[in-house]
Amino acid sequence: MASVLIFSEQDRCAFELLHKAKGLGERMKLEVAAAALGASQSEEYRRRGCPRVYAGSHELLSSFDVSVYAQALCQVAAESRAAVILIGSTRSGKELAGRLAQRLGAGCLTDCQSLEYEDGALVATRNAFGGLTVAVQKLTTGVQIFALMPYLCEPAAPAEAGGEIVPITLDLKPSPVRKLKSIPKDLGAVDIEGAEVLVCVGKGLAKQEDLKIAEALASALGGFVACTKPLATDLKWLPESRIIGLSGKKGKPKLAVCAGISGQVQFAVGIRDAKTLVAVNTDPNAYIFQIADYGVVGDLHQILPQLTAAIK
Amino acid sequence: MNIFVCMKQTYDLQQVRIRRETRQPVLENIPLTLGNIDKNALEEAVRLKEKSGGKITVLSAGPESLADTVKEALAMGADEAVLVMAPELGAIESALSAALLAKAAGQAGPFDLILLGEGSTDNYSGQVGPRLAELLGLPQITFAKSLVIEGRTLRALRSLEDCLEEAEVDLPALVTVVSEINEPRIPAVTQILKAGRKPKRVFRPEDLGIQIRGFAPEVQTQSNLAPIQNRKGILFKEGAKDVSALVKALEEEGLLRR
Repeated sequence: MASVLIFSEQDRCAFELLHKAKGLGERMKLEVAAAALGASQSEEYRRRGCPRVYAGSHELLSSFDVSVYAQALCQVAAESRAAVILIGSTRSGKELAGRLAQRLGAGCLTDCQSLEYEDGALVATRNAFGGLTVAVQKLTTGVQIFALMPYLCEPAAPAEAGGEIVPITLDLKPSPVRKLKSIPKDLGAVDIEGAEVLVCVGKGLAKQEDLKIAEALASALGGFVACTKPLATDLKWLPESRIIGLSGKKGKPKLAVCAGISGQVQFAVGIRDAKTLVAVNTDPNAYIFQIADYGVVGDLHQILPQLTAAIK
Repeated sequence: MNIFVCMKQTYDLQQVRIRRETRQPVLENIPLTLGNIDKNALEEAVRLKEKSGGKITVLSAGPESLADTVKEALAMGADEAVLVMAPELGAIESALSAALLAKAAGQAGPFDLILLGEGSTDNYSGQVGPRLAELLGLPQITFAKSLVIEGRTLRALRSLEDCLEEAEVDLPALVTVVSEINEPRIPAVTQILKAGRKPKRVFRPEDLGIQIRGFAPEVQTQSNLAPIQNRKGILFKEGAKDVSALVKALEEEGLLRR
């Protein structure tokens, strides 16, 4: 039986893929299989109801390397007769997806925001034209690879039907790339993508100390502070892990407050899935007001503290 | 040091507007340019050349308009362009793009390093770099935010979601860069004037043994429209005076924890 095979080097993301794959597998009559490589918890996949868990242990799999992991996934894909491969669309996942697609002669879509089985085909949505549009696309190839954005769905819950763990012997060549060290980016990293409330700030913020205003509001609302790219990469006022946007994270909070942000598309794509969006900007013509549920024309340095006080 | 930089022609998306009635992007009369992050890759190549000499070749595939668009790269500091051009190469898929670039690389001679942006400005799929590395049998280092070359060794700092990873590889290699790596230069007028005289070698896909018809489309696009914005669009114009009204609205929606 052909399979829908899942892999992510991030556990949470892998269990989201498992959840997705279970639904698709049932409708497409494909067996659900997971590639548990290296330190991945094969037992945990089984506990969450994955019918076939390919456990590949090999000394070269101890940390993620695209060259080694592409070899390994190719072998698992052959063993599991994968027709559909779901990969987590993290940076590592994306570099793997392209390499794997080329090796398998598979079509590939990355950064998919949704994936559904409709009229006999898998249909994905992803940003196009730099986020101006959302393309609805499908693949026509025999093997299809979809890299799905983290937090696309809930992780698969623990299930009763335990699957089978299939040890697989992998024939791997060492990577030509030597990993020297890994430096954590942000020790106080917070879960921007999973946050229920985000207070996003941009270049309208006058000085770094004023971040306190945003932090106070975020704390009153029970959320986190996130930012536009320039605030982290140019001004370095916040760590890069807080960047929202096309090349940053995609938040989908219940409430987003965007203050001092004009709303350029590079940022907007990362926040437009917010359920309710509040914008604060001095410029009444700022684009952010066009994608906001509630807009306040005014200076964030004045409005945010008042908002914080009113909520408290 | 021979450095190849792969660049993609795209619309200048800053200038693209959405037609409100149809939600379609309006692409008529939009100028063409090269990808934003591709320019970071080129800038990095120019900096490496300034430090240790060498030659920079731009590789690109696209329709006839590319011959003009690529001048921007030659003005920024590339020495030569090797282009694959055909009318059908307007919006090509990653697999074909990688195949054409691999062939163009073959024409451009020996190389030590291939640089690309981590993704294109328009599609941002991030596939071409890894696909090209696979086709050419090269080691790949993606998402580099800085890189240093000493002798035949390249060391890069990769920017991943939650960590920076230092990685090292012997040349030749393929590296994709993130936009944080540098600030691309704006070429001076004299450079722009000189760019037209720099060598350009143009190939048709057939010249390189590629039949475009042999590449069946792998991706079918059913629609490509601006997302529907289902927002309330309530604007409080009185600034601070309206904060209480905003709080009331948020409270009614159950968004404030009490």
